[in-house]
Amino acid sequence: MNWFYFSSPSTFYGLAGRLAPWLFALAAVTAAWGLYLGLLVAPTDAQQGEVYRVIFIHVPTAWMSMFLYFVMACYCGLTLVFNTRLSAMMARAIAPTGALFTAVALWTGSFWGKPTWGTYWVWDARLTSELVLLFLYFGFIALSNAFEDPRRGDRAAALLAIIGVVNLPIIYFSVQWWNTLHQGSSVSFKGTSMHVTMLTGMLVMSFSAWFYAAGAALVRVRSIILERERRAHWVRELKEG
Amino acid sequence: MKPRTKRAIAIVGGLAALGIAAALVLNAFQSNLVFFFTPTQVAKNEVPKDRTFRMGGLVEPGSLVRQKDALTVNFKITDGAQSIPVVYTGILPDLFKEGKGVVAQGKVHGDGMFKASEVLAKHDENYMPPEAAEALKQAGHPMAKENFAGQGQAGAKPR
Repeated sequence: MNWFYFSSPSTFYGLAGRLAPWLFALAAVTAAWGLYLGLLVAPTDAQQGEVYRVIFIHVPTAWMSMFLYFVMACYCGLTLVFNTRLSAMMARAIAPTGALFTAVALWTGSFWGKPTWGTYWVWDARLTSELVLLFLYFGFIALSNAFEDPRRGDRAAALLAIIGVVNLPIIYFSVQWWNTLHQGSSVSFKGTSMHVTMLTGMLVMSFSAWFYAAGAALVRVRSIILERERRAHWVRELKEG
Repeated sequence: MKPRTKRAIAIVGGLAALGIAAALVLNAFQSNLVFFFTPTQVAKNEVPKDRTFRMGGLVEPGSLVRQKDALTVNFKITDGAQSIPVVYTGILPDLFKEGKGVVAQGKVHGDGMFKASEVLAKHDENYMPPEAAEALKQAGHPMAKENFAGQGQAGAKPR
């Protein structure tokens, strides 16, 4: 078995096309299940009342915003070290979805902050570092498209993405390292401080976000492959056939 | 050495150097990155003198007094060791409660009174139905204890 069979854009194009519908279907099913758990089954919170239910969108999107950045940076590392073409295309494909999740996390957090904290926005360490993550995504997208030669754009943006990885532990640990208005983590490697139904709903929504992100990235990478490989034989055959 | 091994070492080394640099910078700016000061720091005068700052802690139970105009409130913010009296005129957030977390922005005046221009509520990371909260409270469980939303306290750590 050839482990690198799908590392060529031409073979990955077909695989991505076959996987994406399944991922979207799984995302829809888990989202329906997660929202049912979160909005109908999970109990009202003792402290915050109903408003805490923003958590079922806020936390999964915030987790994905960081996870997608990590995945993107890993692809960027492959690009710089092995000079592989597909990894750079995957990084480009992930960036907009990562930026979307970051924006949704900031937006839902803001609308959660107003009724609970009493403000839409504060410049505490958690909120500020998450905003920096959004700008890193924007910077990556802008820089990767700033060159005439897309391969140069790949390398420049890859460097930016790898440097930006430093921000990830800052976001994650900000609530432990400094005192912030944002509360600490409810779920950590040591355990959780959440009611089990609430936690289940949040985890199911996280899987949904993951499936959606994977599906969206694969659909996007297909168009990037077509654009980049437009002069290749197999793309021309695709058009004619 | 293959060029790609060199590139891998350069990236890993660069990232490690960057990580150390970031850690040093963040460590140096530690005091500027905190969102609020504690009442103990305020009592010790470890806070900015001429500009406003934020003070965070718990609203001391039994200290909340509403003035006649219904908008001005007096309360004390405590961190267990020290408590500082606060006066505030304005709308309080819904989660503002005695024994719960609060962050107030303002200045200390000559009489030792902290005059707040903004009061924010800080909630903790525990999510549970009211019945569970009640049961935990009766059992004297640390999770039900009104701790200050987990800034370096044992009680705030997940079980």
